[in-house]
Amino acid sequence: MASRHLAKEQPKTFAFSAEGEKQVKYWLKKYPKGKQRSAVIPMLWIAQKDHGGWVPEAAMRVIGDRLDMAYIRVLEVATFYTMFNLKPVGKHLIQVCGTTPCMLRGSGDLIKVCQSRIGSAGSISADGNFSWAEVECLGACVNAPMVQVSNRDGDLYYEDLDEASMNALLDELASGKAPIPGPRVDRVTSAPTGESITLTDASLFDGSRAKKLKKIPNAPAKTKKAAVPKKAAPKAKSATRKGGK
Amino acid sequence: MLADKDRIFTNLYGREDWRLPAAKKRGCWNGTGDLMALGSEWIIDQIKASGLRGRGGAGFPTGLKWSFMPKEVGKRPHYLVVNADESEPGTCKDRDMMRHDPHLLIEGCLIASFAMKAHAAYIYLRGEYVFERERLQAAIDEAYEAGLIGKNACGSGWDFDLFVHHGAGAYICGEETALLESLEGKKGQPRLKPPFPANAGLYGCPTTVNNVESIAVTPTILRRGADWFSSFGRPGNAGTKVYCISGHVNNPCNVEEAMSIPLKELIETHAGGVRGGWENLKAVIPGGSSVPCLPRDICDTVLMDFDALSEHKSGLGTAGVIVMDQSTDMVQAITRLAYFYKHESCGQCTPCREGTGWMWRVLTRMCEGKAEMSEIDMLLNVSQQIEGHTICALGDAAAWPVQGLIRHFRHEIEDKINNYRVGKNIHAVAAE
Ligand SMILES: Cc1cc2nc3c(=O)[nH]c(=O)nc-3n(C[C@H](O)[C@H](O)[C@H](O)COP(=O)(O)O)c2cc1C
Ligand code: SF4
Ligand code: FES
Repeated sequence: MASRHLAKEQPKTFAFSAEGEKQVKYWLKKYPKGKQRSAVIPMLWIAQKDHGGWVPEAAMRVIGDRLDMAYIRVLEVATFYTMFNLKPVGKHLIQVCGTTPCMLRGSGDLIKVCQSRIGSAGSISADGNFSWAEVECLGACVNAPMVQVSNRDGDLYYEDLDEASMNALLDELASGKAPIPGPRVDRVTSAPTGESITLTDASLFDGSRAKKLKKIPNAPAKTKKAAVPKKAAPKAKSATRKGGK
Repeated sequence: MLADKDRIFTNLYGREDWRLPAAKKRGCWNGTGDLMALGSEWIIDQIKASGLRGRGGAGFPTGLKWSFMPKEVGKRPHYLVVNADESEPGTCKDRDMMRHDPHLLIEGCLIASFAMKAHAAYIYLRGEYVFERERLQAAIDEAYEAGLIGKNACGSGWDFDLFVHHGAGAYICGEETALLESLEGKKGQPRLKPPFPANAGLYGCPTTVNNVESIAVTPTILRRGADWFSSFGRPGNAGTKVYCISGHVNNPCNVEEAMSIPLKELIETHAGGVRGGWENLKAVIPGGSSVPCLPRDICDTVLMDFDALSEHKSGLGTAGVIVMDQSTDMVQAITRLAYFYKHESCGQCTPCREGTGWMWRVLTRMCEGKAEMSEIDMLLNVSQQIEGHTICALGDAAAWPVQGLIRHFRHEIEDKINNYRVGKNIHAVAAE
């Protein structure tokens, strides 16, 4: 378990931005009546984006009031999930994956770059531009080692890095550029480098697969009409979340 | 090598357009309404006949799982929940399906939901997959717009809504009941079973949780036939499968291949071989971080399927193949995984909460050789006390890599202990 604590210094109040409010509304529509609590993670995430990359306690209270949840329940969620930063972070939060597949391909070098250029994990660089953390597998292991950079504009993956390209990435960010995400070596996403040996058959892409199916394999001998099950096709318009008839 | 014509994920790498018109041209959404017209029982029978086993790690037969849902909808609505939490180290296949072939997943959600009489489905993505989430949502919006989902989806008479939800960084939320807790707005702590989700899942309603890949392959199985799918792989291990090959290979990649392909062939054909040649291989973790590693002599011949790998006391898991060459410090590699499990334990059962931390601390000492020989057996013993004694399988997942290390690389731990003693001039207690 990761132990996580709230920052000592906290703003007194929090309010969602206009854009944040729009997003909150969008998320709340996804869940059935009375289950609005489901939106707690998305709302904390929106709050984090609105508040410069971390979630103040005041935001948890606002969300608790909105969702009719006890504050302690919101606090539990905010402290359980490691993507919620509970204290201020740099303008760009560099999350270096340190789990074994990335470690095998040199995440240690990326960590050293962060240490020497930014400082110790969790600290914010003097110019406020950066902070960094070692995180667990980010689900991009065939593009190891890799980092995720989170800032106001997004949360992008930079992959197939080494010491030099990591330094270059930090330079680009520091100079206010928006580096292009994805692999930093010559390859397409998760495909192997070099000439493709798979997915080269042109007939996959020329529309021949879109032709009407002549016969559905293993379809029952009876005509389609007879096979339409009454129970599967409610005539009345059914209320989407009420589950059929 | 699997022929291109038999690949399900024809845009795995995103070389082509992900949008609806291009996806349709690749055969997605072809005849979906006609498939649905054959009825939910027919669909479930076909999936059963195809031999598809869940791609999320446990390998439970998908058709059978679907048949556990109540046959008729009672007072409570049914739900499909798609597990896109993808956090198992070594695994990154669902990501490609969502960002490059999202319509296959969306079509699969409609078909699976219809088969289980669910009018709504949620796809739960790990929070870090922000790009993938936005891409998937854009594809869902296209599908609504085109009448493929929503009211009277594909003209089938079935109403279907599909929602994207996300987490915020917690491996445990991949466990299906933790995922449901998280989706309900709580900490992601697994539930005790029974009740199983098919009886009481999301919001207390009948629910089936399936991996992204399990769902995304279903439309193609129906279009091409259960027998086509089951023609790949050995009996009981049917189909094609997306493998993720990471670590010390020349060209790490994701690739769709037949089940039961020899591990060596998989690595040599698609990943450019082991760095420094096959001779330079030390070990492979064949199914994501949770399964025990295999030493080279087993890797020489083992097949990549559920049964072959379990015969060698490992598993296919998520088919995340982590390759380690001779330069690898095995103790360190597994210690880093032990740290992962300690970090990700949800903390509700004592053997897991305390045991994962204990194992990590002992292993950390072992990395430097600062341990007693007797602690190796003690470590094994503790791992066995965690295994099978916890609410969810994270406890097992934490124990197995450690057991694999001791089973196959005990000598590396012993060497470290001996070397440390020599360096420090400590007399080794005679090893028994
Ligand atoms: C700790 C833990 C993490 C898991 N993570 C995932 C995951 O990220 N994705 C997934 O599909 N299944 C994961 N599973 C397996 C799920 O509990 C469940 O078996 C699976 O989603 C069922 O789908 P399937 O039948 O299609 O394989 C995890 C299980 C455990 C114990
Ligand atoms: S085994 Fe570990 S992760 Fe699973 S419920 Fe128990 S403490 Fe939580
Ligand atoms: S281990 Fe780094 S992305 Fe998976």
